[in-house]
Amino acid sequence: MFAYIIKRLLSGVIVVILVSMAVFALFWYGPSSPARPICLAETGNRCTPDRLENYEEQLGYNNNIVDEYGNYAKGIFTGREMPIGNVVIDCDRPCLGFSHRSRALVWDELVERLPATISVAVGGAFLYLALGIPIGVAAARRRGTLGDKLLVSSFLFLSSVPYYLFALLAWLYFTLIWQVPILGSSGYTPITDNPAEWFKGMLLPWLCLGIFGCTQYTRYTRGAMVETLSEDYIRTAKAKGLPPSTVVYRHGLRSALVPVVTVFGIDLGVLLAGTIFTERIFEIQGIGRWGLSAVQAFDLPVVSATALFGAILIVISNLIVDVIYSVLDPRVRLS
Amino acid sequence: MNDPDAFLVVEDLSVEFPTPDGPVRAVNNLSYTLGLGQTLGIVGESGSGKSVSSMAVLGLHDADRTKITGSIRVGGTEVVGLNEPGLRKLRGNSVAMIFQDALAALHPFYRVGSQLAEAYQVHHPSASRRDARRKAIEMLDRVGIPQPDSRVDDFPHQFSGGMRQRAMIAMGLINDPSLLIADEPTTALDVTVQAQILDLLQDLQREFNSAVVIITHDLGVIAEMADEVLVMYAGRCVEYGPTKEILVSPEMPYTWGLLSSIPDVSADIDARLIPIPGNPPSLLSPPSGCSFHPRCAHVDKVPGDLCATQLPELLEGSNGPGHVKRCHLANPQEVFRREVLAEIAPDLVEES
Repeated sequence: MFAYIIKRLLSGVIVVILVSMAVFALFWYGPSSPARPICLAETGNRCTPDRLENYEEQLGYNNNIVDEYGNYAKGIFTGREMPIGNVVIDCDRPCLGFSHRSRALVWDELVERLPATISVAVGGAFLYLALGIPIGVAAARRRGTLGDKLLVSSFLFLSSVPYYLFALLAWLYFTLIWQVPILGSSGYTPITDNPAEWFKGMLLPWLCLGIFGCTQYTRYTRGAMVETLSEDYIRTAKAKGLPPSTVVYRHGLRSALVPVVTVFGIDLGVLLAGTIFTERIFEIQGIGRWGLSAVQAFDLPVVSATALFGAILIVISNLIVDVIYSVLDPRVRLS
Repeated sequence: MNDPDAFLVVEDLSVEFPTPDGPVRAVNNLSYTLGLGQTLGIVGESGSGKSVSSMAVLGLHDADRTKITGSIRVGGTEVVGLNEPGLRKLRGNSVAMIFQDALAALHPFYRVGSQLAEAYQVHHPSASRRDARRKAIEMLDRVGIPQPDSRVDDFPHQFSGGMRQRAMIAMGLINDPSLLIADEPTTALDVTVQAQILDLLQDLQREFNSAVVIITHDLGVIAEMADEVLVMYAGRCVEYGPTKEILVSPEMPYTWGLLSSIPDVSADIDARLIPIPGNPPSLLSPPSGCSFHPRCAHVDKVPGDLCATQLPELLEGSNGPGHVKRCHLANPQEVFRREVLAEIAPDLVEES
């Protein structure tokens, strides 16, 4: 299994490198010059073609793309010095570049925003499972009954509402109209500053993500569980005289979890890479909002950094899913 | 038969599943008895109700989706209508079941030993993990698994087909059940392994003096194992009696059909296998009268359209008490001898 993990990590590195190259090239050859944001910022929105040309020259956008990508990649591992205007910025490793919009090092901004995104993602993902799996199991055990049908159809309805509408309405009602005290102050406070405020601020975003996301986990779990409960080995477990809870959870759920884990691994990676709608609606300064505004402002260093970060998360979460597979199912031998 | 002290008494058992297309009566008025140390073979095609009736003995049907009437008494305990905790006390303890296709019937994610230990511990709550493990190893050894102390930690997929079936049997017998129901225990195995498994079952039965119900569609298995045979067709018992009589002088055309379709290794290579024509009937709309009449070659020997209109009673045949059959034929012995035996074993007819 160790050799397998190493092999997968190596192929993951290749994926991450390819993603970073693709994003770099996309902006380099894109419709707007990557130097425009800094030009606008430095000249107070009076960016003439001459000045733009000047900034492009300074930032190296007139050089060969291969060399510039090389500089960028090298900077991640060794750090580099970046001359901008008449100052030289010392960018320590891992150097992901300098955001001209916010006049800050990209790495520092990433580190600053990461705790907010992790808070949202981990809480939301926890609720995906904590709500989705038990509800799915309960529905599977009562399949075909009125309660099961009501649950399945209401969850289908819920999951067909666009998420941004769902979250926006939740925010509108809980925060503005009803002003529910504990849900009313959504936003991010660092947990190290004030754990209670952190929790209060995160509660509504968590519930929105969790309740909306758990609908699909309920569906997956219910489907997998219905299938598992009709397996021969479940009949064997009953014939042994085991109590129903042991039959359902120990013998049934462990098999039914395999497909659920697959989806969850990917979802967790996506959540950690930034939850754009959630962060936007609940005013949380996380990776998702940062990446979105960077795209709008052609802020290449930030876009590259968020894309790289997302790719790394997806690669790692896929690997973790594979390892969990082999733990759940002894027939899976990772090699 | 009809022994009041019998360990297993099934009386007038019917099992019905409501479906969107109407009720399906998988078992219809089935009665039989079985004493300790005895073996009953239940034969029939797929869908004849063999497994459904046996699963009812353990109360394994989902109570919300099944209608069970009649009576099943196991060692004096009425199983029909028994509550879940009561059933759990029986299952795997005094009544155990071993299933066909042990690869599917054993949990793929748990070690063989822990599955056996689990079966032991659920009925011996005071036993420690180590005791349960020791018991599991002991049972694996008893059913002939080589190196049981290391194989106990294998997963089912690391066992061969025959070993898995042995492990299944070990799991069934781990609590010394008085009644063992074996549902096609040798179906997925090759013949040599089949013979070993049947031998093992017989040895263990002698040792534990348990009552055994063996469900099969293989009359060879019946001949080897059973003291009595119950032939089922479309949910009903159509013939029931001592094994020797059922195999030597059967009185119901469906049983004849089963006998005719057994390949005989010593027969002339030109000899043909004679299949039963047609397909098993739909249980949603079973045939009128005798369920077998649409496939029966001897309907014309019964006056009028009795076979199509009237369900024959389960009556004593010409062999005397203990051998009952459900057929309108007046002279089944003679028809069997003249038409069936002449076709499948001409030498036997000539001898007599």
